[in-house]
Amino acid sequence: MSDPRRWSDLPLVQLTRVRYREFFREPEAVFWVFIFPVLLAAGLGIAFRNRAPEQTIVAVVSADTSAARLAQALRRTPDLEVSLLNDSAATEALRTGEVALVVVPGARGVEYRYDDTRPESRVARMLVDEALQRAAGRRDLVQVSERLVHERGSRYIDFLVPGLLGMNLMGSGIWGVGFAIVDARKKRLLKRLIATPMSRPQYLASFVLSRLTLLVIEVGLLLGFGALVFGVPLRGSLTVLITVCLLSSLAFTSIGLLVSSRVQTMEGASGLMNLVMLPMWIFSGVFFSASRFPETLQPFIQALPLTAVVDALRANILRGAGWEALAPDMGIIVAWMVVSFLLALRLFRWR
Amino acid sequence: MQSPSGGVALQVRNLRKAYKDVVAVDGLDLEVLAGECFGLLGPNGAGKTTTIEICEGLNTPDAGEVTVLGRRWGKDDRELRERLGISLQETQFSEKLTVEETVLLFRSFYRRGESPDAVIAMVQLGEKAKSRVGGLSGGQKQRLALACALVGDPELLFLDEPTTGLDPQSRRQLWGLIEGFKSAGRSILLTTHYMEEAERLCDRVAIVDHGKMIALGTPRELIAALRAEHVLEFALAGDTRLDDAPLRQVQGVCAATHEDGTYRLQVEELHLAMPGLLGELRRQGAQLSELRTHSATLEDVFVSLTGRHLRDE
Repeated sequence: MSDPRRWSDLPLVQLTRVRYREFFREPEAVFWVFIFPVLLAAGLGIAFRNRAPEQTIVAVVSADTSAARLAQALRRTPDLEVSLLNDSAATEALRTGEVALVVVPGARGVEYRYDDTRPESRVARMLVDEALQRAAGRRDLVQVSERLVHERGSRYIDFLVPGLLGMNLMGSGIWGVGFAIVDARKKRLLKRLIATPMSRPQYLASFVLSRLTLLVIEVGLLLGFGALVFGVPLRGSLTVLITVCLLSSLAFTSIGLLVSSRVQTMEGASGLMNLVMLPMWIFSGVFFSASRFPETLQPFIQALPLTAVVDALRANILRGAGWEALAPDMGIIVAWMVVSFLLALRLFRWR
Repeated sequence: MQSPSGGVALQVRNLRKAYKDVVAVDGLDLEVLAGECFGLLGPNGAGKTTTIEICEGLNTPDAGEVTVLGRRWGKDDRELRERLGISLQETQFSEKLTVEETVLLFRSFYRRGESPDAVIAMVQLGEKAKSRVGGLSGGQKQRLALACALVGDPELLFLDEPTTGLDPQSRRQLWGLIEGFKSAGRSILLTTHYMEEAERLCDRVAIVDHGKMIALGTPRELIAALRAEHVLEFALAGDTRLDDAPLRQVQGVCAATHEDGTYRLQVEELHLAMPGLLGELRRQGAQLSELRTHSATLEDVFVSLTGRHLRDE
């Protein structure tokens, strides 16, 4: 049967436009998907920007007259801030973290009191020791010259932006699809729709299609912001980057379909989605490297879709990795996409 | 409009459906003729919605046969959906879309049908075409549901409780619209627990209770079967009790029942029954505190068949 209608009257086009309208007419959704990740990147980027090293604060115990001379010698090192305290005040200051190290002058030299698990205390020990030994006449035997390198791509913001991008793809995929479907089921709109000749695959496809277009804005905004404001480099091929984003979004949309395939209430949906996403927020290396977790957890962590997405995005954006290097991550992403989508099709309840 | 199976739009044979703890439909037979408006009248929980949803192909029966426009569910679903218009009980359309966008969406699902503008005008929502669905009143939302049911230009229209929860004015407006579709020659199956609705809209009515049909006919036939044109209800002052038996002896009275101190007489000839009743009351020394009379309705038919009112919860 011929269908002499305008393209804009086709059901898939209409369904997809409905998705856009519902999204853009919900200011909260627009905020969480587009604005929030940029604000988060801005906030964390400012908080963790690389700065000149701060002054290290140490205390010298004023036990005898040698203490003042010792403090004087230490003050010649610009990175050290020195205060003279009595024994109990110095101990208290070390205990509360106000000073990194306490120097106790003695008859046959000095004693260092510090916590060797605190990085700044170890730095203080080295600086203080260096200053004291040098004041006592030690000489450097090796000639040293310095060249300072501030490389883009090695800062925290560079690490963070691909992570946030991955997290955002996950959130908008799972929430965007899940809430819309559970809402339609709860309102019996799904039931009303299948009472028409509407094609069910087209209904599900409209979610995927609308996600893919919103994705362009979502990715563009965050990466554009990172590149322009913080100078985050984009070292990889753009084609590879777009492909990774597309596949990731499809995978999370499929997971969203699966999560929402049977849930009847918003509360149930919300709980289930958080349950699905929580492990990934923690383990997948969005804010810090996933390799910090113990070895025994790694097989589980590496199998999570967000871990693969974040790894692939970082490899592409920061290291310029191409198809070959990304193949294992992409394999994991595609596997999640296919398995979730097939399961969702089997389990989906229209009533 | 003639349907292929010789003037029968919908045929249901020995339909059964049980849920975990209740039998919702218990051997129901129905036949909706092409061009008629057929009503399923019954109280809440009578099995009306289960029945209509099985006919709509949205629910599956445990047993029985359903033939819709000469076709069966499970074989010709896509074809059937093109030819049916459906309004479910309590569908909420997306609140963020406008009336026009909603109707346009539903229009896109059908190969042929009415233009969205025409349908919106037909249900008198023209002024609201650009308004968000979220801002519509209950009656307007129900008319939007009707527009979505009509936009595919259906041969058979299923309306599940189209006016439930509406105020009387919106209800009357909706009745006017539905009467309009009847004159256009469509077949309609509607469910309702409002007897006025069934009386006003339906060519034939099946009264259902506990999943079974207990009466079938035109509203006029059903009322006539009571053999009483009028219903007379009265209550007595004080604690006086009357026997039903002597009341039945009064000339013109066909049946007498009482419930919670209210006496109900089905009356054939009111002008004869009234003096007789007053005489009988005087004889028994009873004093009236209330007296009402009305023409018999489908409600009275239901009460006489089941002893209960339609809207008893």
